Amino acid sequence: MSGKRAVIAGIGHTEFSQNSGRSTMQLAAEASLASIRDAGFSPAEVDGTVTFSMDTNDELALIRSLGVPMLRFCARTRGGGGGASATVQLAAAAVESGQADAVLVYRAFNERSGHRFGQPVQANPDPVWNWASPFSLNTPAKVYSLTFQRYMYEFGLTNEDFGRYTVVARDWASTNPNAQFYERPITLQDHQDSRWIVEPILRKLDCCLESDGGVALLITTAERAAAHGSDAVPILASSAIQLEGGHEMFAYYHDDLCEYPEGRVLGEQLYRQAGITAADIDVAMIYENFSPIVFLQLEAFGFCGRGEASDFIKDGHIGRGGSLPTNTNGGLLGEGYIHGMNNIVEGVRQLRGTSSNQISGAEHVLVSAGRSGIILGR
Amino acid sequence: MTTVRPPISDFDDAFFWEGINSHKLLIQQCGDCSVLRHPPTPICANCGSMNNQATESEGNGTILTWIISQHPTEPDEEPRIVILVQLDEGTRIVSNLVDVAPTHDQVLNDKRVEVCFVDYDGTVLPQFRLAEVQS
Repeated sequence: MSGKRAVIAGIGHTEFSQNSGRSTMQLAAEASLASIRDAGFSPAEVDGTVTFSMDTNDELALIRSLGVPMLRFCARTRGGGGGASATVQLAAAAVESGQADAVLVYRAFNERSGHRFGQPVQANPDPVWNWASPFSLNTPAKVYSLTFQRYMYEFGLTNEDFGRYTVVARDWASTNPNAQFYERPITLQDHQDSRWIVEPILRKLDCCLESDGGVALLITTAERAAAHGSDAVPILASSAIQLEGGHEMFAYYHDDLCEYPEGRVLGEQLYRQAGITAADIDVAMIYENFSPIVFLQLEAFGFCGRGEASDFIKDGHIGRGGSLPTNTNGGLLGEGYIHGMNNIVEGVRQLRGTSSNQISGAEHVLVSAGRSGIILGR
Repeated sequence: MTTVRPPISDFDDAFFWEGINSHKLLIQQCGDCSVLRHPPTPICANCGSMNNQATESEGNGTILTWIISQHPTEPDEEPRIVILVQLDEGTRIVSNLVDVAPTHDQVLNDKRVEVCFVDYDGTVLPQFRLAEVQS
């Protein structure tokens, strides 16, 4: 491996909770400092940052808490959680091009005790909402369900099929002490007993666990990480796909409503960059604001064929002992919804051999946010 | 009573909402290459023209997908059926299905629908009802 290759050298996070009791800036700073120390770096060595365009924690305010004297690279991703893995892409591009030496990636919010994304929009945030909110498409659950319903119809699925994903996610979470649903597995009946959020598609237990918390990563080059003694994980591939006519929420206008075209193109990009195929992926971390999006991504990334995700899950492939352990931290439904960033942390842990649900011999981990993704590998 | 959050129209979609207020379902059409597009855009991606026109839709289409919209913690809010319609002209539009009970034990996919216009306390929206002929 080239010494110039970008690596994730450090990971850090706060606890994941329903009420952090402190500012989002404190969450960002705590996670950031943890990731810098985990990498064996000092704050003074950080010279770049990446966060989400939606993040409310200003870069300059953050570095006043960290003791970072100078930044020469600051970037933000487009969209929402779909850009989670794009943070790594931007940071990797910065360190591999020499624009920065050590890039801090951070994301922190009080998404449960403060502003909840799942609540109805009160005013159209931008013109695209004119084609949704007047017609009562005013929450992410409703907006996404309008595409999920066609998928259910085409392949004859019911909400119970989605519940089988949630059961697996909660099983993984039940043995992960960082998960908010630690030691709280569920049965399919529990899922079916949870209340409808959007009939006939989503029940409460199909929805991600809105959470407070912060996550950070320290990204640098392999040679710098080695000089600092970091337990670094190489970034073998990274990409973020936007397609004309597509939209992370209102994906209503592309030809085939039963596929995730950005995910399909993303998978092709990632496998080509990493020089591997879907069969080489040992662990998949798949962003799930709602359970059905896992189905669409399993198909988009070639882990199973079109319309086959339900059987793939039913046959046990994504759970313990399966061929593709998926969301081994419990995912965003089971561990917590830190906008997808906690899934990257779990990907790093699987390759370090430090996951609570360690998959022995894991060599390649896909961390997908649907329209952005990375492949980490040893 | 169904409460509706009104659209906030801007330069690029003002023609559409003006059309709705006149009970016309307009689809943006390139004045040069004639390609239809919705939602509207300021420039035609097919030919680069800014000669933006509109054509009136016949208002006939097919339901591609649908949900029942009801906020789980606001039980008094009247549920609405949200639909994605494939118009016969080729573009798609999000709307609501009216005159059908909002229950989930039915299959609405691929049903034929026709446009109607409903005034919700001063906000006119294009809505759809099931067509008499289901071919």
